[in-house]
Order: sequence, then structure tokens, then C-alpha cells
Amino acid sequence: MATIYIDNKPYVVKDRQNLLQVCLSLGFDLPYFCWHPAMHSVGACRQCAVKLFRDEKDTRGKIIMACMTLAKDGIRISIDDPEAKKFRAGITEFLMTCHPHDCPVCDEGGECHLQDMTVMTGHTYRGYRFRKRTHRNQYLGPFLHHEMNRCIACYRCVRFYCDYAGGRDLNAFQCGNRVYFGRHEDGVLENIFSGNLAEVCPTGVFTDKTFRRHYTRKWDLQTAPSVCVHCALGCNTIPGERYGTLRRIHNRYNGEVNGYFLCDRGRYGYEFVNGNRRIRGPLLRGPGGGEARPCTRGEALSRMEEALHTPGRLIGIGSPRASLESNFALRTLVGKDRFFSGVSERERKLSAAALEILQRGPARTPSLHEIRRADAVFIIGEDVTNTAPIMALTLLQLVPCKKVALARSLQIEPWDDMSFREAIQQECAPLYIASAAPTGLDDEATRVYHATPDDVARLAFAVAHVLESGVPGMEGLPENVSGLAGEIACALKEAERPLVISGIGGGSLSMIEGAAAISRALRSVCGKGELSFLFPECNSMGLALMGGRSLAEAREVLREGDADTLVILENDLFIRDAKPAVEELLKSAQHIIVVDHTHNRTSERAELVLPASTFAEGSGTLVNSEGRAQRFYRVFVPDGDIRESWRWIQDMISISGRGEAAGWKVLDDIAGAMAREMPEFEAVTRIAPPADFRISGEKIPRQPHRASGRTAMHAHTDVHEPMPSDDLDSPLAFTMEGYGGQAPPALIPRFWSPGWNSVQAVNKFQQEIAGPLKGGDPGQRLIEPAEGVKSASPDKIPEAEGLRPGEWLLVPLYHTFGTEEMSVLSSSVAERVPAPYLALCPEDALSLGIGEGEAAELIASGEAQQRIRVRYLKGLPRGVAGLPVSLPGVGMIDLPQKVSLVIPAKTADTGKV
Amino acid sequence: MITDEEKKEIRELMSHYATARAAGPEALKIVQNHRGWVSAESLKAVAEMLDMSCEELDSVATFYNMIFRKPVGRHVMLICDSISCYIARYDMLLDHLNRTHGIRMGETTPDGRFTLLPAACLGACDHAPAMMIDETLYGDLTPEKMDNILGKYQ
Amino acid sequence: METPITKNIRAGNGPPDLKSYEWAGGYRAVRKALTGMTPQAVQDAVTASNLKGRGGAGFPTGKKWAFVPMGAEARRPKYLVVNADEMEPGTFKDRLLLEGDPHQLIEGAIVSAYALEAEIAYIFVRWEYREAARRVARAIVEARGAGYLGSNILGSGYNLEIYLHVSAGRYICGEENGLLDALEGKRPIPRSKPPFPQTCGLWGRPTVVNNVETICNIPHIVNNGADWFKSLSRSEDGGTKLYGASGRVKRPGLWELPMGTSLREIIEEHAGGMREGFSFRAAQPGGASTEFLPKEQIDVKMDFDSVQKAGSRLGTGTIIVLDDRTCPVGAVHNLEMFFARESCGWCTPCREGLPWVREILWSIEEGRGEAGDLERLETQCWQLAPGHTFCALAPGAVEPLQSALKIFREDFDRHIREKRCPWK
Ligand SMILES: Cc1cc2nc3c(=O)[nH]c(=O)nc-3n(C[C@H](O)[C@H](O)[C@H](O)COP(=O)(O)O)c2cc1C
Ligand code: SF4
Ligand code: FES
Repeated sequence: MATIYIDNKPYVVKDRQNLLQVCLSLGFDLPYFCWHPAMHSVGACRQCAVKLFRDEKDTRGKIIMACMTLAKDGIRISIDDPEAKKFRAGITEFLMTCHPHDCPVCDEGGECHLQDMTVMTGHTYRGYRFRKRTHRNQYLGPFLHHEMNRCIACYRCVRFYCDYAGGRDLNAFQCGNRVYFGRHEDGVLENIFSGNLAEVCPTGVFTDKTFRRHYTRKWDLQTAPSVCVHCALGCNTIPGERYGTLRRIHNRYNGEVNGYFLCDRGRYGYEFVNGNRRIRGPLLRGPGGGEARPCTRGEALSRMEEALHTPGRLIGIGSPRASLESNFALRTLVGKDRFFSGVSERERKLSAAALEILQRGPARTPSLHEIRRADAVFIIGEDVTNTAPIMALTLLQLVPCKKVALARSLQIEPWDDMSFREAIQQECAPLYIASAAPTGLDDEATRVYHATPDDVARLAFAVAHVLESGVPGMEGLPENVSGLAGEIACALKEAERPLVISGIGGGSLSMIEGAAAISRALRSVCGKGELSFLFPECNSMGLALMGGRSLAEAREVLREGDADTLVILENDLFIRDAKPAVEELLKSAQHIIVVDHTHNRTSERAELVLPASTFAEGSGTLVNSEGRAQRFYRVFVPDGDIRESWRWIQDMISISGRGEAAGWKVLDDIAGAMAREMPEFEAVTRIAPPADFRISGEKIPRQPHRASGRTAMHAHTDVHEPMPSDDLDSPLAFTMEGYGGQAPPALIPRFWSPGWNSVQAVNKFQQEIAGPLKGGDPGQRLIEPAEGVKSASPDKIPEAEGLRPGEWLLVPLYHTFGTEEMSVLSSSVAERVPAPYLALCPEDALSLGIGEGEAAELIASGEAQQRIRVRYLKGLPRGVAGLPVSLPGVGMIDLPQKVSLVIPAKTADTGKV
Repeated sequence: MITDEEKKEIRELMSHYATARAAGPEALKIVQNHRGWVSAESLKAVAEMLDMSCEELDSVATFYNMIFRKPVGRHVMLICDSISCYIARYDMLLDHLNRTHGIRMGETTPDGRFTLLPAACLGACDHAPAMMIDETLYGDLTPEKMDNILGKYQ
Repeated sequence: METPITKNIRAGNGPPDLKSYEWAGGYRAVRKALTGMTPQAVQDAVTASNLKGRGGAGFPTGKKWAFVPMGAEARRPKYLVVNADEMEPGTFKDRLLLEGDPHQLIEGAIVSAYALEAEIAYIFVRWEYREAARRVARAIVEARGAGYLGSNILGSGYNLEIYLHVSAGRYICGEENGLLDALEGKRPIPRSKPPFPQTCGLWGRPTVVNNVETICNIPHIVNNGADWFKSLSRSEDGGTKLYGASGRVKRPGLWELPMGTSLREIIEEHAGGMREGFSFRAAQPGGASTEFLPKEQIDVKMDFDSVQKAGSRLGTGTIIVLDDRTCPVGAVHNLEMFFARESCGWCTPCREGLPWVREILWSIEEGRGEAGDLERLETQCWQLAPGHTFCALAPGAVEPLQSALKIFREDFDRHIREKRCPWK
């Protein structure tokens, strides 16, 4: 701790921080531009100037940059000093010389950091009377709009895009006041974190292009705290709505989870909510199939009654993308034994195994914040970049401990970003990746190893053995692999906080067990090490905790004639299982009821389709890969009969004449019932204040107090202002009236503070800059490793298995844009989705005589044959082929799996399909 | 694309530095020596050699005034516009050039013979006003002297 | 009068080749240092000599070197970088040394690198110095052939490679941290200090950046000792200095003179006084980024301390003489045009402030000046003062402006009052 003096008052602050961070943490309004809480100081903008005094007697002092100065014990500074203020106003005036006068038509207006800082420094009249320099704008792809004339050259964009997010196709060009930020020519920004530029840029140079299409001022957006539904990390978000359409997604800071950033899938996937494939009302379909017709809620309920009238003939299929509450409602409707988890046999098995390993311990699953502090990482079988992007962003920041020590020995603080990077020369912490196919992080890795999943698992077990006994302990391991095992073991052992990452994505149980074996060895031999498993979807972990049998078993039950009615919750079975298997399942059911928000091939087969809410129109709980349960809240009230799935199922329970759901008035009730039924969910009742929570007797408004034109919103139909809808489920209100101060962390609908209209307002909500939110970061962990249990699960080392001639091992590939079901429905994301392809390594393709872009026939046992174009993928092992999972146009195949390939005879001119 | 000869020169350069990218500016000058300027294609080829993205290389390239990212005339004429040459009235040379060749700073003669660019102090202040054509420095210039010199460049 | 660093230079002749350089006593210092002195002993001699850096800032060279971590613990490789980027307007001294006696520079670099235990040295030459680059390149090859470079030089066990790096333009590359970025192939943006290059420089390794003239002095200090070196000077700072003069003087040129020679002596004796019809108005003592010294200061001794006391900086020691027939507003505009163009664009005050300064000066010169413009310029000078910007370019840029606003106040006022330039 250090005592510093600001304007002659003493403050006790944390050691080794810079003055800007300290001042902001203390709540002072000190303007800044080039500094960013996640990217730290470079001293470029010169906006954060304060006066520094030698001692009490020094009255002249000198101007210094707060962000570049260590807050040493005893240091004396002044923020209010007239000269410092004059200097800061002068800097703002400089920044504004060439800035356009376009606030009223600028997308950033009203949430512009430059606007805020200009007001804060008191710069009002432009003294510059000469010609402004101007720039040309660029086309940057579907996500970002570019408006270079607004640039104030704070360099944050390149620092985020290149230094922080590892992007290589954006940079600063030219010099002097001609500096230009963009690409070397027009084109799509490739980096999957590009959307953050809209929040990182302090002005309107990079703005959300999707938002532009249905633009609304920030102060007219209705917002609520939410959780991203596009992968299993559960990044916290702030969706914004106006006039019944979802307009955009912003980051919601959570110190333990996503921190300051989102990936582009999470930011831009939202458009499915407004999509034309939404189910907006109940639909009925005749027994013979065909077109469904819209019906009233009453009709729907009576059809429901018909379908559900025979008790015990019902099974329910849950979903990893539906909330805990909805899955629990379904489980209550059908009973524990007739609840099926709605994922493939393989996925169910792998999730259950991963969950058990985590519950058993001894290694603990770290939060993303904890991952940020890891200093050696081994990834086994996951393409983290494409399955859990924000975790990849976190892994890009790992810095080896000894590098921090080196920098400190050179008197460089890690927040002195430029010097720090220069001193460590971009060196990353040891990162090892073993997987069947190349991954997005390969370029950053110390070493990569690509081999069949079983060989990858063998490497993992070898590492565990080296850790425990010093030798790989395995027959027939090639020398290079055992050498690598030794190297990885050594790196993990030397690290202070080693981390092993694996997950469901590789599709291999032995890889998961291999990862577990390493973490066990690390724990028992070195007493350290954490283990993270990535789950595929936003509530996969929650579903795994809830249990339930697989789809294959559901098929079995139906085939046996033990059931005839199927209730399917938010689930397109055609992406879960091979088409013939799903067909069989659906055909064996007499009644199919689907509750979902978006049409898909499964809903097209239902006799009754019930409109469910998306994350934006309903509230609920999701459990992320870490095991953290998080609440998302309804952002707006949709038209018509759209409701949370659990409310539809609650009707079904009542119709079936059962009383379990009678007491479920609000979300808290069902969450409570769930916690009573399944103690593992007990903490869910504590993730947020209950619905009757009030501050000074008031609810928390979803609309900012500046929301404008509300009274006119319905004026074209009725001049009387309608009653705002009430939200019984939460302490949030659909109005601008209510408690004006800071809400408890789980209920923060937006970050705003007087004078801070931009996203930077988050500074005011944190206990310290970049630390936890005041009141603690929201969410509750549902899994902690059992104390002291020394699990003795035997190593199931897979045999090294060869392939027969003509046989290919087909492994899953992932795409940030393409793999996830809902985001691909977003028009902006759709532009980035690759065309279907089958990946072969160039050597294999050559030996098959198949050129890039030519078609091959893919034959998997028991599944429909697919014709698909071949793409070369360097780094894929020989004999291994890759198929992108769930990519639109690619049929579902259970992967990995041995398949055969047929190369069709080429027609005379081309190899076209 | 770039030629094998250019590649060889670039590779030789790369051995002087701890990282490949350090050779970037000099590699571009090699290309420029051979071709007069650095086109997008050349930039791309050099970037590939150095394992850089086009943006990474171009961001450095555009910083410098002696890497030409646009075509230039057969001869590049750098006229010193710094203080000693200012005192020695370099503006008379510019006016003269404009009269005789119709070009101003940053322009190329229609016949593609000369491109006229400003140069920061050429280090010939004792012989101001000064200029450099291609690689040759000329000092103590007068409009007449300049005409004689320009005549040597076709 | 001794002129150690220019004694081999003959106007109009090419530089001495290896043979003639050796014949004139060249490479004696390499032999002496590498075979008979420890690196520390070389450093001690340089420290004792009171040699101050000739790149403009006048930092004592021995002191600069002393920050370099030495011994087995130090991070390696260590680097020596010779700053031959000479782009400061009005400055042309390093070109003489590079073109006139490249072996002297190589020898200086070898001895200096040895003193720092550096394994690699770069000579960073600005693009426009084509002839200099050719001659230095040739000298490197010759020195290498003679065994002064490479491994185990003269059997001493010491290894050194020297590479020539030719810049691609831009004044900011001369700033030592910008220069390091340029060498790394990055945008030459200055780095923040601390850390200083001596501990964390090129590729994060210990690095020393020295000016050409500084390095050229080293062999002579090693050969003749610190006392001899100090005795060359007429001031506290050791050695001789390469002074120059340009502008309307009779004989513009360069002269190696004792450090501390007066401005009057240089202009009136060596440069032959003002040309017919011109009279002396003021001078920038050491390049474009130094404050104007008015006529009253003409007797100032041209050493670092004395010029500082007179209200300017010695800088590079190459004097720009402003005569009475050149418009001072135009001259200052010319200076600021240069600095605005050469700003790297990293920090706000320099990037945005200098173009604004340039615009104001141009409008005054064009007769479009307004009341309040001079006050605005004064504010900008304050806004761009040392410590307020990221590197020294901007403070250097406003030094001449600041002094001009005082010395030539009446000229500025007349421009605004009369709405025209009285010199046109
Ligand atoms: C904008 C700027 C440009 C500079 N240009 C040069 C230069 O061209 N040559 C040079 O030797 N020093 C230049 N310097 C000074 C260097 O930063 C550095 O101080 C010098 O090379 C150190 O050498 P010395 O200690 O031998 O003087 C420049 C400084 C600044 C701020
Ligand atoms: S003062 Fe700032 S903008 Fe100017 S050259 Fe230095 S760092 Fe660059
Ligand atoms: S925030 Fe401190 S200089 Fe930019």
C-alpha cells in the first residue's frame, strides 16, 4: 500500500499502479484517451495530465502524464491545478481541431468518450480556423462501419486489434497528422474480435454496422443485463431494444468472466431475434403434416390437452440452449426418467464424464479471470478460438512470470504497455496445443502436435506419467512424442499456475480423460494446476448437471412403444443426430409438440408449435463452462403469445392435471423448486436479488432517464400513453422511472454515470479499475471440487490404432462463424460463414488426385451419403479428414468417426458437383 | 511478384537482423531500386517473404517518405525545402521548374521524366540551395545551373 | 591547433582507404584497446575526457555508457548504434565525417563497442547520404578483410559485426528510440523513457546510441588520453567541435575548432563575415530546433553550458545565420513546416499542434494574421514544452518559435498590422 496526496488530501492506494488508474479508482474524473483499462498506458494522447510536486513546499510543480507515472508512496499531485486544467483543455482542443461537427448525425453521439471528455475539460469553442484534414473511409466487412474523419489518433484500435487480439489486417499508416487507421485496402476485417473496436474506439470511427441499419440513440435503448447464448463461456452482455426489435449487443463487464470484450459471434449473432424465421405465435399442423396454420392460444391449449391426455405416454427432450428453468419445467412435466437431454449419445457421455471429473477434483475449473493469470497452458483437442473465442482472447494475454520479473528488474511496470512489450519482445507464456486438426491458436503456440484423437490422448497420458514418475510410461511411443511429453510436463511443472484445457469439442473421451490425468498428476505431485473443460453451448453445463438420457435412448423408448408423445424444448434434433436416426425418432411419435423461438427442421414436423422467447424476451438462468450460473433478463416484452418455454410447459403440467407447477408464479418460484428438487442448483436462488427486491421502494428502470419520445411511441394508434408492462419476474421495470442510482451487480442494465455516457462509465461501477464490480461480480459457481477426495480413476490409455486402407478418420472442425446454430441466422454473421467443405491435408489430397474445390463423396456408416467440396488444410495429419460441425449445408455426422471417401469420376471439363 | 535477384538481396539483408521484419524497409527499397516504386503486388510479395501481413509492412512503408507507394517518374528530383535553402531562396528554383517543366512539389512531368518531391535538409547547407536527382547531390543552384543539370537526365 | 577528427579529410579528394588510414596511424586505438585495455578502462578514459554527445543533447558519453549492464549477467547480444541520420535542418557535419574518413568512424565504433562489450553494431545512415553510405560500406568490407571486424579480432577474443543500415527517410528516425524502432522494422515511434536504451534497447537488449561525431572522437581519446582531449577545448566540455555555418555568410562551411570557440569568431573569421549587402540579425547556434540568438549574444562561447546560459542550445553546433533581408516570420514558418511534416503522429500536442502552428504562421506571412494569433502561438509553445509531449521533437520544434516571438516581435506585429509581409 502507498499513501499518495491528491490536491493535498492523503489517499491509501494499491502499490505499483499508475496514477491515472489510481485516480479513476478513487472516483476522480480525470480525462484520458489512449489509456484503456485492459490495454493500459502508452502516454500518447497526453490528455491525463496532472501536476506533480516535489514536496509540500513545491508550489510550481510540473505537468506529467498520470497514466505514465507510478503512484509511489508519498507522491503529491494535483488534478485541480489551474495549469493542469488548462493543459488538458488544450489537448482536447487539439484533438478537436479536425474533428467534424457532426455529433447530431454521428452514431457515437450520446455515448461518445470524446464528447464526454470534451465536456469534462471544458473545451467549448474551436480556435482553429484553418482547413481540416480529411480522409477516405474503407469498407471493412459486415460488422464495422468506418468513418476516418472522426479519428483522434489515440491508437487504441491498433493496440486492441494487433497487440491485444492478435489481428494482423488493421494498422496505422502514414505519419504526422496524416496517420490513418484501417486496412491496406478495402476488405473484411478478419479478426474475430473486431467488433470490440466499436467500444474501444473513443469516438465514432469504428461503429457497429448492424446497429446502423436500425439505429437508435443509446438513451432511447431499453436494456437489461443479459448473457450471451452463442457459446458456453457465458459472456455478460447488454442487449438494447427499441420498438420491439433488438438493436445491438454491448459488452457487460464482469470481472470474473468476459471483462471488457466480446467476440464477434456474441456481438453480432443477435440478429436472429429479429429474424423472419422466428416463431411468433402458436401453430397447428394437421396429422398428415403439411403447412402449419397459426392458431389462437386457446386452440393451442386444447390441442395440448388432446396430446397429453394419456399419462405416462409422454417423453420430453430438453436442450443445451434452453434455460435451466425451462429444462427443469420439462423434466417436471415428464418425470426424471422420461427426461432426455437432447444431445447426441457421444455428447451426453463426454459432458457427463467432464462434469464428473470437475466435481470430483482435485483440480478446479478456473474462471476466465483466473485463466488470465495462468503461466503455462496445455490445450488438448479443443479449437478454443472457434469454440470459445473469448477464452482464446484471454490466452493471447498470457505472459510468462519470469518475463514480468525481468521487466520489473528493468524498472518497467506491466502497465507501461509499450516498454513492457519491448522488454518481453512479444514472448508468450508456454502454450502447447495437441489436437486432431489445426486450431486458431496454433500460430501463438510454443509447440503444436496434430495427430488422431487417440494419439493426442496418448500424449496427454504420457505427460501425466512424466509428471508423476518422470517417464512417459507407455509402449511404442515415438521418440518425438515422448520428448514433447517431457517438454510439456516440464513447462507445466515449472509454472506457478499451470492450466489444462480440453473439452467436448474434440469428441473424444480419452482426450478428456488424458486432460484429467494431467491435472491429477499436477495436483498430487506439485499441488497446483487448474483444469478447464469447454462445453459446446450456452447451457450445456446446466443440462449436464440436470442429467437426462441421450437422444438414442429416446429413440429406443419410442421404438419399444413405451411412449407416443414427444415434447421437444428449443432443440433442432437434426443437428444432434444423423438424419435417418432423427427421422426414425420423429416418425415413431404420434404427437410432437415443439416449444421454440425459431423455425427449424424439427419444428416443421410438429403438430403443435409454441412460440418461445429468446434470451431477449425472457428471463432465465444459464450455466457456463466454468460452472457459473448466470441470470439473463428479459430486455423487452414481445408482441403476442411469445413466452418463456417454461411458462408453456407449466400450462402443460396443469393441463395434465398435476399440481407441481401450480406455485410457479415467477422465475424465483421455479428456481426455488429446482433447488429443492436438485440440491446442486441451490446456489441459483442466490445469483440475483429476488423479484420483490426494491431500492428505496423502487424498481430498477430498463430505460435510461433520458429516454425520449416515449409518450409519442404509440401516438399513431392511441394518443393515451399505455401502461408500461410490468415485470413480475425481476426487480427491473420497463420504464424510465425508478431507482436512479447504481443497481446491484446482477441487475445493472447499462453503465452510465453523470458525465460518463460512453462505455467507459464502467469505471464508476468497479471496486477498483479492472477489478470486480462493486458488490461483487455476478454469478454463482455450481461446481467446486470435492475436498480431499483423491480420485483413483484408472488411466484408460487408448491403444494407438491404425486405419485400414481406404479408411479415413473424420474429425470435427469448428468455425467461429458457422458452427453455432443461432448466430448463423444473423445476416451479418452469415456473410462470414464459409461454404461447406471437407478438409484434407494437401499430401493426402494429392495422393487421391483431388484438387481444391473438387467434390468428394463422403460415406459414413448408417448415415446418408454427402457430396462435398474438398479444401486443403495444412497441418491436418495424414489419413485424417475434417468436417465443419453444424455448418449450414453440412449434414450431421457423429464425429470423430471412420469414413470412406469416393472421388467421383471427373466430367470432361470440371470436377463440379 | 518479385524476381529471384531481389529475393536474394532481401535474404542477404535479413541475416543482419534479429527478426525478419526488421529487414522490411530496406527490402522495400531493394524492390524500389529495381522498379522505381513499390506496387501493391511487390509489397505483398515482400510481406510474404518476411512473414508479415500487408498491413504490417505497409504501415511501416507509408511512414517513410523515401518509399514510394505510387509510381514516380524516371528521375526523382528532391529539392531541399529546409531552412538554409529557404534563406538561399529555393522558392526561385521551384518557380523556375514550374515555368520550364510545369510541375510543382509532388507532381510528375507529363512525359514521366521527373517527379519533384520536397526533401528535408539534404545536409548541403554550405551549398544551399541544393537538390538531389536520383542519387546525385547538386549544390549552389541557380535557375541556369539547374537547366544544365536537368538536361543530363532523359 | 590540433584537428584530430578532420585531419585526414582533404576537400575534393576521396576518403583515405584502409592503407592510407593505417599509415596515418589509423586502427592504433583498436589495437591498443583490444589488446591492452579492459572495456572498463576504455570507458574510464571516455568518462575522464568530458566528451559530451555531439548528437544535440550533449549528454556526457562516459555517463551514458556507464548505465549499460556489464559482465556475464548482462542480457545479450548488446548493441551499439551509430546515429548517422543527420536530418536536422542546417546540419551537415556528420556527412563530412562519413564521406571524408569512414575508417575513423569504423575504428571509433569498434573501440566503443568493445568498451560496451557489444557484439553487434549498426551504422544508421539517412537515405539521402548515398555517397556516405557507399564509402562506409566499402570501409566495412576493408576493415573486415583486415581482421578488424569478425570473430576474435586481433586475437583478442573479442567479436564484432558492423552492419550498415540505410534509412528510408523521416527526421524522427534520428531520435534514438525512434531509431531503434526503425531498426526493428517497426513504425519509428519514440519509446517512453525509462527504460533507457542502455538497459532495454534494440530488441529489448542493452543498446547505446551515439552520434557519428561522438564516435569519431573515441579513437583519439584512447590513443592520446583524457587530459590531451580536455586540453583541446576552451571550455569545460572536452575536445574539439565540428562547427558549421550556413546562410548569407561569405564562406559557408565546416571547421573543427576548440570546443568553446565564440560564435563571433566562427562567423566573422572562419565564415568570413556576412556577404555584401546583408547584415547579421540572429542565428540558430545548432540546427533548426535551437532558439535564435540575437546580435547581442554574438560573443557567446559555443559550448553546451554557455549556449544554454545564453538562452539557446549548442545542439549540433552548425549555425544557421539569419540575415536582415530574410523575413523572420517566413523563416520560422519554414522551420515549423518541416517539424509538422516530420512529426511521427504519436502524441497529440505535436501531431495536432504543429500543423496548427504552421497554419497560423503561414497566414501571418500571407497577411491574413489576426489579433490573438501571437498569444495563440505562445500558448502552443507552452503546450508543446518539454515533458508535455512524448519525445523531444515537439519541444525542439517550438524552441525557435518561442525565441522568434520575443526577438522578432515587432516583425510579427507588423505583418498582422499591415496585413502583408514587409519583405515581399
Ligand atoms: C527529433 C530528434 C531527432 C534527432 N536526430 C538526430 C540525428 O539525426 N542525429 C543524431 O546524432 N542525433 C539525433 N538526435 C539525438 C538523439 O536522440 C540522441 O540523443 C543522439 O543520437 C545521442 O548521441 P550522442 O549522445 O552521441 O549525442 C535527435 C533527437 C531528436 C529528439
Ligand atoms: S513529440 Fe510526439 S508526435 Fe512528435 S515526434 Fe515526438 S512522439 Fe511523435
Ligand atoms: S491517457 Fe495518459 S497520455 Fe493518454
